[in-house]
Amino acid sequence: MSREFDVLVVGAGPAGIAAAATAAESGLHVGVVDDNPAAGGQIWRSGALLPAAAQRWKARLAAAGVVRLQGWRIVDCPEPGAARAERNGAEITRDPESEGRRDLRYRHLILATGARERFLPFPGWTLPNVMGAGGLDAMVRGGLPIAGKRVVVAGTGPLLLAVAAHLTSRGARIVAICEQASAAQMAPLMMQVLRRPGKLWQGASYRWATKKSRYLTRCWTVAALGDERLRSAILQRDGKQWCVECDVLACGFHLVPNTELAALLGCRLENGFVATDERMQTSVPGIWCAGEPTGIGGVELSLLEGQIAGLAAAGKTSAARRLAGRRRGALGFVRALERACQLDPQIRDLPREDTVICRCEDVRLGALLGRGGWRDAKLHTRCGMGPCQGRICGGATEFLFGWHADSVRPPVFPALVSSFLEPDAASELASPKEAL
Amino acid sequence: MAEAAGSITVTVNGVAVRVTPGTTVASATLIAGTQTRVSVAGEPRAPLCGMGICFECRVTIDGAPHQRSCQILCEPGMQVTTRGEPA
Repeated sequence: MSREFDVLVVGAGPAGIAAAATAAESGLHVGVVDDNPAAGGQIWRSGALLPAAAQRWKARLAAAGVVRLQGWRIVDCPEPGAARAERNGAEITRDPESEGRRDLRYRHLILATGARERFLPFPGWTLPNVMGAGGLDAMVRGGLPIAGKRVVVAGTGPLLLAVAAHLTSRGARIVAICEQASAAQMAPLMMQVLRRPGKLWQGASYRWATKKSRYLTRCWTVAALGDERLRSAILQRDGKQWCVECDVLACGFHLVPNTELAALLGCRLENGFVATDERMQTSVPGIWCAGEPTGIGGVELSLLEGQIAGLAAAGKTSAARRLAGRRRGALGFVRALERACQLDPQIRDLPREDTVICRCEDVRLGALLGRGGWRDAKLHTRCGMGPCQGRICGGATEFLFGWHADSVRPPVFPALVSSFLEPDAASELASPKEAL
Repeated sequence: MAEAAGSITVTVNGVAVRVTPGTTVASATLIAGTQTRVSVAGEPRAPLCGMGICFECRVTIDGAPHQRSCQILCEPGMQVTTRGEPA
């Protein structure tokens, strides 16, 4: 398998698929590294009927002759033009011939690393069966039966309705959809949606699908209750609290961009997002970025940005410029979405002193009060020092304390020691010589 | 033991679980009704993010510890071990 590419794309969601297909159709040798078992990212995750655009783009990717490393992730970029990839489950040796690590080289790198959900702490949020909204959706697409289960979907953002609609179609009983935002706050987003027939149709179909479920604005979960697992959730709206029994609480507060790899590569960030020019090039020449890491804007914008990056990396400047004009027109949606998902400050008061904030290291709120910042908290409490490297608690402490998780260092994900050894030494490590 | 058509069998803590092809190991642990890991303070944990970010779904697969089960698909005969008892 080839290890040298004109263009290496990281991530195979809509932006990555569009970037890879477009660059390859322009005659370049393209590789894609993606850490999911199948292409599509989170929004086009398989295991459910996919929209026509997803099928079209996946077919285009398949036809474009792109080298695909599916189920791999980049753990380090040791020097310009080089990336080190590790296979998920490299230590599960069902096939002794399979490699666990690959060193890849590229002329252009397109970062399409997507976004993750923002998780905010409240009492009980670490109980089994409290999971992300997108997280539960991924579990269901990944084979979890949900029919007949009572589900509360809570948090903020359009994802809640999309997830509720999908779960309903799988037979789940959506007890309530709790959106923390007010209707007034969402009005500019509604105006944007009204101007876009595709989004209007989609939004209306989601609401139609969930018409039997209560959709409550200005509503959130103040606690999840249960002993070894979730039994019920306490909801709050306008100061009034009540308890609902549920099997799963699916809770996500919009999205946080995955910018760690961009930061590792020295790309400039602006307000937490990767800064790019109109052609989607980052501050580092030859490194491009497309999709949610440049601003949370959804599938259509991600597809546009992916195409722009793919065309620009292939030197098709005028074609890229034409699409850049369309992208400018779509950026109003990004701003309206951000406004709609702005968090109610009362949500800051939900965690108690004994509520876990950092799930990897079980650091509780009480230990973080009075800390001067992210680094101070890391050094004194181990907050953010676990295997997720602050990807979960960083989004929470940003909201709770205004801390910014910085200092990204390799490996950008926990990696095997053997991934950092010369191949000979690595194989020796795998089968140590017997000591005399 | 012959596999039923269209399904594969894995074991979770020694108990056979039949799943459809394409099922993640994380979903298999949820079907089995078990938590995935015990936190450093001894609390039960189960999958959260579903996308390989949070590391709450770590389990032992075929003897290899700390595998992010949401990123790995079930294969016939896979032996999955979680920390803690089924709840």
